[in-house]
Amino acid sequence: MTFFSDILARFYRTLIVKDRWLLLLRGLRVTLIIAAVSLVIGVALGVIVAVVKVAHSQKPKSAALKILNAVCSVYINVIRGTPMVVQLMIMYFVVFASSSNGVAVAILAFGINSGAYVAEIMRAGILAVDRGQTEAGRSLGLSSFQTMKEIVLPQAIKNILPALCNEFITLLKETSVAGYIAVEDLTKAGDMIRYSTYDAFVPLVVVALIYLVMVLGLTKIVGIFERRLARSDNR
Amino acid sequence: MPYGIKTADFNTEEHNIMKKFIRILTLALIATLCIGAFAGCGKTPTVDTIRKEGKIVMLTNAAFPPFEYVDGSDIVGVDVDIAREIAADLGVELEIQNMEFDGIVGAVQSGKGAIGVAGMSINEERLQSVDFSVEYVKSKLVVLVSSDNTEITTPDALTGKSIAVQTGTTSDVFASDIKDATISRYKSFLDAASALNSGKVDAVIVDEMTAAEILSANAILVQLADPLTEERYAIAIQKGNKTLLDAVNTTLNRLISEGKIDEYIYNHTAAGTEAEG
Repeated sequence: MTFFSDILARFYRTLIVKDRWLLLLRGLRVTLIIAAVSLVIGVALGVIVAVVKVAHSQKPKSAALKILNAVCSVYINVIRGTPMVVQLMIMYFVVFASSSNGVAVAILAFGINSGAYVAEIMRAGILAVDRGQTEAGRSLGLSSFQTMKEIVLPQAIKNILPALCNEFITLLKETSVAGYIAVEDLTKAGDMIRYSTYDAFVPLVVVALIYLVMVLGLTKIVGIFERRLARSDNR
Repeated sequence: MPYGIKTADFNTEEHNIMKKFIRILTLALIATLCIGAFAGCGKTPTVDTIRKEGKIVMLTNAAFPPFEYVDGSDIVGVDVDIAREIAADLGVELEIQNMEFDGIVGAVQSGKGAIGVAGMSINEERLQSVDFSVEYVKSKLVVLVSSDNTEITTPDALTGKSIAVQTGTTSDVFASDIKDATISRYKSFLDAASALNSGKVDAVIVDEMTAAEILSANAILVQLADPLTEERYAIAIQKGNKTLLDAVNTTLNRLISEGKIDEYIYNHTAAGTEAEG
C-alpha cells in the first residue's frame, strides 16, 4: 500500500505540481507533427523513387531512367548506410546551418530518411506481384500506366501496407532523437522534467508509456485495414 | 581447364561489383560536396536583421540551475532574465532555444541563434570560434562527492578516480587533464549528479552555483572545501558581429552597474526561492 501511495506521490510531484504535464503535452504535439508530416514526405519521396526503380528494371535501356536510377540508388544507399542521428545533425548543423527552425529541419530530415525505406518497401511490394498479371493486362490492351494503376498497384498495396505501418512505427519512435537539434519533442520534454525534479523514474516511464500507447493504437488501426483488404482473398 | 575458366568468371564478377561500388562512392562524394557548398551560407544576426525579424534567438541548455532551468513548463533563470533585458533594449521579442550544451558554440558560429547565453565560461578553444561579451558572473569549479566518501577530501585525491561531468563544459576540459581519471560525460550536470547519487562515479566536477542547487536537492552529497579553478561567464556571439556585441555589452554593463545580476542570482537560487514561498 505504501508502495503505491509513494508512486502516486511521485507522479503528483513530477507531473501535476507546476503543471509539468503541459511540457509532455507540448512535446507530444511536436512529436506527432514531426512524425505525421515526415511520413507524408517519406511516402511521396518513396513512391517517386520506387516508380523510377521499377520503371528502370522494366526498361533498362532508357538513358534518362539510367541516370534517375543511379541518383535513386545513391540516395537509398547513403540514407540507409548512415545513422539517423548523424543525418539529422548534418541537416541541422551543415545543410541548413542558417535555419533556426528545428522542427522544420527535423521534418525534412526524417522525411528524407523515411523516403529511402518506403521506396524499398514499395519496390518490393510491386515486384512481388506476379509478372503474369502485367502480361495479362498488356495483352488485354491496357497501356503500361493503366496496367500499373488498375492491376498491379491494388495488389501491391496488400504487400506494402503492413511493412509501411512498421516503417511509420519506426519513424515515430525514431523522432525521439530530435532533441539533439534543440527540438522539444516528447523525449526531450521528459528530460526537461527529469532535470527539474531530479526524478528519473516517473518522466521516463510516462514518456515510454505514451510512445507505447501510440504504437499499439497504430498497430490496431493497421490490423483493421489488413482484415478489410483480406476480405477479397476468401474465395 | 574448367577450374581456370571458373576463376576468370569469378574475377569479372568481382570486377563489376568493384566498378559499381566505386561509382556509388563517387556519386556519394559529389552529393557530399554539394552539401558542403550549401554549408558556406550561414547568416549573421546583426542588430539590423534582429530588429527586422522582431526577435532575438537565445541558445541555451536548460539544465544548469540557477542560470537556466525548467520551472513548470517554462525555461527560466539568471541568463533568461539577462537575455530578456537584451531583447527589451533592442525592442524585440526573445525566443529561447533549448539545445545540447556542446552544440551551442557551433550554432552561434553558424548564426542559428544570435546569442549563446548558457553560463558559458570564456576559454581558449571557444574564443577561436566565437566572440565573448564582457564577463557578467565569476564562478568556480568545485568537486561534489558522496557524504560517506572518506577517500576524496581534497581535489588532489581525484587522481585515478571516476569523475562525472557534462559534455563540452569547462568541467569536462578540467577533468580530462586529471591523471588516470575515468571521465563519464553526461548530457547535463543533473545526469552527472544522478550518477554520483547512485554510486556510478566517485565525484562530479561542476560550477559552484549549480553545485549549490544540486546539493539542496540531494542530501547525501557534499562539496569539497577547496575549489578547482576560477570561471568567468560571458555571452557568446558570432565572430565579427560587432554591432550585436556592442549592444549586448551595453545591456550587460548597465545590469552589472545596477546590481541587477546579483539580484537575479538571488531570485533563482534556493535562498531566494525559499524567501518567496
